[in-house]
Amino acid sequence: MFTDLPLLSLLIWLPVLGGIAVLVNGDKNAWARPLSLLISVATLVLSIGLYTGFDSATHQMQFAEQASWISTFNINYALGIDGFSMPLIILTAFSTVLVVVAGWEVIKDRVSQYMAAFLIMEGLMIAVFASLDAILFYVFFEAMLIPLFLVIGIWGGPNRVYATIKFFLYTLFGSVFLLLALLYLHHVSGSFSILDFHAVSLTLQEQTYLFLAFLIAFAVKVPMWPVHTWLPDAHVEAPTGGSVILAAITLKIGGYGLIRFALPITPDASMALDWLLISLSLIAVVYIGFVALAQSDLKKLIAYSSIAHMGFVTLGLFVVFRIFVNTTDTSGAVLAVEGAMVQMISHGFIAAAMFLSVGVLYDRMHTREISAYGGVINTMPVFGGFAVFFAMANAGLPGTSGFVGEFMVILAAFQANFWFAFLAATTLILGAAYTLWMIKRVMFGEVANDDVAQLTDLNRREFWMLASLAIIVLVIGLWPAPLTDVMHSSVEHLLSQISQSKI
Amino acid sequence: MTFEVLNMSLALPEMFMLAMACTILMVVAFLGKNSAKMAYVLSQLTLAVTAILIYQSFGDSGVTFDGTYIKDAFSDVLKLTICVINIAVLLYSTSYLKDRGLFKGEYYVLAIFSTLGMMIMVSAAHFLTIYLGLELMSLCMYAMVAMHRDSMISTEAAMKYFILGALASGMLLYGMSIIYGVTGNLEIAMVAQVIQAGSLDNTVLSFGLVFLVIGIGFKLGAVPFHMWLPDVYHGAPTAVTLFIATAPKIAAFAMTIRLLVDGLGDVQQHWQGMLIMLSVLSMIIGNVVAIAQANLKRMLAYSTISHIGFILLGILSGSQEGYAASMFYALVYSIMSLGAFGMIILMSRQGFEADNIDDYKGLSSRSPWYALMMLILMFSMAGIPPLVGFYAKLTVIKSIVDINLISVAIVAVMMSVIGAYYYLRIIKVMYFDKPIEQEELQAPTDMRVMISVNGLTVLALGVFPGSLLAVCASVFY
Repeated sequence: MFTDLPLLSLLIWLPVLGGIAVLVNGDKNAWARPLSLLISVATLVLSIGLYTGFDSATHQMQFAEQASWISTFNINYALGIDGFSMPLIILTAFSTVLVVVAGWEVIKDRVSQYMAAFLIMEGLMIAVFASLDAILFYVFFEAMLIPLFLVIGIWGGPNRVYATIKFFLYTLFGSVFLLLALLYLHHVSGSFSILDFHAVSLTLQEQTYLFLAFLIAFAVKVPMWPVHTWLPDAHVEAPTGGSVILAAITLKIGGYGLIRFALPITPDASMALDWLLISLSLIAVVYIGFVALAQSDLKKLIAYSSIAHMGFVTLGLFVVFRIFVNTTDTSGAVLAVEGAMVQMISHGFIAAAMFLSVGVLYDRMHTREISAYGGVINTMPVFGGFAVFFAMANAGLPGTSGFVGEFMVILAAFQANFWFAFLAATTLILGAAYTLWMIKRVMFGEVANDDVAQLTDLNRREFWMLASLAIIVLVIGLWPAPLTDVMHSSVEHLLSQISQSKI
Repeated sequence: MTFEVLNMSLALPEMFMLAMACTILMVVAFLGKNSAKMAYVLSQLTLAVTAILIYQSFGDSGVTFDGTYIKDAFSDVLKLTICVINIAVLLYSTSYLKDRGLFKGEYYVLAIFSTLGMMIMVSAAHFLTIYLGLELMSLCMYAMVAMHRDSMISTEAAMKYFILGALASGMLLYGMSIIYGVTGNLEIAMVAQVIQAGSLDNTVLSFGLVFLVIGIGFKLGAVPFHMWLPDVYHGAPTAVTLFIATAPKIAAFAMTIRLLVDGLGDVQQHWQGMLIMLSVLSMIIGNVVAIAQANLKRMLAYSTISHIGFILLGILSGSQEGYAASMFYALVYSIMSLGAFGMIILMSRQGFEADNIDDYKGLSSRSPWYALMMLILMFSMAGIPPLVGFYAKLTVIKSIVDINLISVAIVAVMMSVIGAYYYLRIIKVMYFDKPIEQEELQAPTDMRVMISVNGLTVLALGVFPGSLLAVCASVFY
């Protein structure tokens, strides 16, 4: 039913134009919230069309659209999706609905601007995943910073200005090198099409510089150790919705960028430098795991846990080169890349759930200090159930989506090197330690103080918000096949691209 | 002996403007004190009709007045932009001038003569025409800066501007005379021909070239010849700063292209190195020093210096694409700068100059629409997509990546990150800080419309930059 519509354009421009409409409507009437919900739900429904209409047998770009945009430089409005981008687009559409619902009662100041910022950001993020033209990609990639900058700066916590400027400059610093790399690739290939970039042959030296440029841009977004320091600040100061979008989507753009640009365009450099990426990923998993253990702020703890989990994504993507060295069988490499993708999607849902749970607590207590809580489950039993479930998922309990991705990557890592797998597997201990210890301190034990004693349990809005996430986390955990099926041909295509030298 | 009939029609816009400038001068002289309103209307009419005349003659090209005047697509586009921008400048400045007792006919007379100077510069095919246009433009601007006679700071700025400007003109003239000595020609096309034929003394030619570049550097405000710029921007009444900061940059860009590309294009390898130094220094000094400014006009002055650095990038690439990119940058810069200074004027009231960054505190809760327009302008200047400033940076950086000057490109992108900081600071002040006063901004309708058109133009050109880029490209290739 969706086949004759320009579905991707609709998905991009419906939220952007809808956001502008919400902004123009302003706060003079009470339409801002319902209108935003309507737009975000409509976008989600449309995005389901991508799943139903998706042909998972091919790695070709689907739902392709092409129009001339800047004819002087042959820059096109070229859209299309494959198995990597499609799940991320649906994740984006879903997260935005959550954000709108999460901000429903909580945001009282400049509601229309808040909702509009997230709707516009939704469109821009979907566009990032759908762009097949390098400049188009870059435009959306950077444009996304503007609404997020404002969201953190206007509705954030006490130290919001520092956090948001740090966030903006950090990511801008990374992305300007991406721009240089794209311009250089255009210089070499004579086109701005990303698919043409995939085909261009480059010397190892060129590839190395390009790879480093991609790495700076996307490592900041992922974020990888040691360029992760903006994330805890941004997360702590951002309003709940901002944290959700940051964790669920913007981090994924880093991983997506590596898949779309770094691996297929510079495979030889990726192979030559895979030790760097693997080490950084393992440092993220182990060292950041310990750092998370030491946090006293709920959001900071989850932020660090995000960095550790994203370490699995980069590990899965770059461990494939070591697997290639060891065996000729590609099934291990497929497992690694699919594991990375599943980890991205799963982390999108779990991190969103964790930040929403913190939001639920923060809205009642106005503190994020772990020490201010204790025995919350006594006054909020339903919420306690959800929180424990999401914590288990975050710790990678089998049966939740958190387990699937991590397990796949660890299994694949075994085929590369025992020690990679060993270090990666420490997350099962560390992740469990920091998450469950936090849950123990916040949820269990005696009721800590009068504030906790007066807590009220979830209202209907919050219940459905968390319940929908819990269902998804459980479904992906028990039956990940629908997710891995759609990406399978794309993953194999990617592996065939990176196993061929471009020198 | 045969007499050639001059093809005057090519210069019709300039001649019309000259006639009108004289008319306005007469009106002001005879009507005296009450002439301001009349002069304002006549000036706007002059600019509008001139713009229409230019637009109607689009596509005609030729050289006239004995090889001193050229009309081509390049001059048409730039002159049209200069006229349109100056219409906006005069529109913005009126209420500001009224509030400060500066609403006098002289302002408009000077503005129109100065515009005429710019148009002559853009259409110059001869070294002397360039000089003539440059002086006509500059002398009017010196006087405009000094218009606020009672203000110490304005007078100081005018003195500085005049002395340094005269020095720069001297340098330029000296460079021209040396090149005349080497090539035996003052006509730009002939100079290019003689150089192309070769067998010239390259040492002397380079010597002349150095002085030309110094003169150009002064007029553009490139480091190390930038010292006048912050003081003049800061000291001049904001309406005059607005005038100086917009259209004259387009004229100076045209002068650079005429001299370096049309005239000395064949010795590009000689001037490329000099321009690289000017450009890199401008980007670094402009962006770094701008961070330390508490005064918005001063900050924008340093930001201008850094933008000049970016404009030079395209020119130094020596490619047709690079020139087109620089032209695009110059046009875009003048539109953005028009909006930014227009915003300062909008914020200012009688007896109050809104030129401190702190004056913008909490603007978004006082007047969300104006804050949004300023946000668009600032993000555009910082080069963040989807605003037009991004494409300006994109195209000039692309042109130097294409000639493999990657190191310069790296400096450029690093500087644009540093530059983003001080633009973000304005946005931070407007959006994240609490307002000092609560009441909404009051502004006349024409200004409200103008600032909205200005901001939305920046956004619209950002979403659809194709047509303007195509226009710039069509001028060069």
